[in-house]
Amino acid sequence: MHVPDGFLDAPTSVATAVVAAGGVAFALRKARTELDDRTAPMAGLVAAFIFAGQMINFPVGAGTSGHLLGGALAAVLVGPWTGALCISVVLLVQALFMADGGITALGTNIVLMALVGCFTGYLVFRLVAAVLPKRLSSIAPAAAIGALLSVPVAAAVFTLLFAVGGTAPVDASDVLVAMLGWHTVIGIGEAVVTGLVVASVVAVRPDLVHGARTLVPAAELEIRTVPAGGQS
Amino acid sequence: MRTGMRTRTFVITGLLVALLVAGFGSYYASSHPDGLQYVADRTGFGDSAKDSPTSDSPFANYDTAGVDDERLGGGLAGVIGVLLTLVIAGGVAYAVRRRTPAEAEH
Repeated sequence: MHVPDGFLDAPTSVATAVVAAGGVAFALRKARTELDDRTAPMAGLVAAFIFAGQMINFPVGAGTSGHLLGGALAAVLVGPWTGALCISVVLLVQALFMADGGITALGTNIVLMALVGCFTGYLVFRLVAAVLPKRLSSIAPAAAIGALLSVPVAAAVFTLLFAVGGTAPVDASDVLVAMLGWHTVIGIGEAVVTGLVVASVVAVRPDLVHGARTLVPAAELEIRTVPAGGQS
Repeated sequence: MRTGMRTRTFVITGLLVALLVAGFGSYYASSHPDGLQYVADRTGFGDSAKDSPTSDSPFANYDTAGVDDERLGGGLAGVIGVLLTLVIAGGVAYAVRRRTPAEAEH
């Protein structure tokens, strides 16, 4: 869903850049509550993994493909604020080094995939997790449903931006129907990948999954015998 | 957690998976346009896309300038991208994390 330069006019691109900058600045403050020495490496890993995952376009029919966006995945694994930062870094690397997604469109892409993707995914995840049994086995399905919905919602927000500031004279309602249709199908792929990855991490290290933290007993405090004066 | 995988093992395993996906698996990805590009082409605004100012960069379009072999060039770009992303996102996370000195945990 990487928006190239030129799809949206300058005022719309400036507006989304301002929203993106504000969102990232706020996320930098809020991510502090999610990150400590134990979870910080997870943030780097999650971003790296999503960069890789976004390279895998899967066919969705009629000569179209889709790939993981990763917003819901990142939000469930490391928290929505840290997740939004992870996706923003992925988009920054893609725009600067891979020419994937425009430069004037970077703000738009951060709004769509980092902010809308992470927070839609996380909100739906929390709602679904609230009605499912409070068990670790509920985390992956809840994440998958969050992922499923996050993609068409991001597609709808793009269409809204296109309706406001699209450069081409195209009826936004045509765009909406096509965007929602294809991105619902892509959302199924998003759900499958997100569910499998979250289930894998829950299986080996549930304590590292932000979305499961209320289900995992707090890290057991180890009793270590420290030689006198050995702690520097 | 006594039974869980050690954190270092977990992170290294995850990173290896990411490097394999980007460096090797990406060659087998679908080359069809993604959902947005397809919709743009079909509904008639695909031509409004402009080339990115970074389209001359060495790894533009997930290829490596000067490397003729498509599999190698794409894999290299993927590996570089994964490592760049890891370093930047990890660096940001370390910079904003809470410092938790051992004494504060009691």
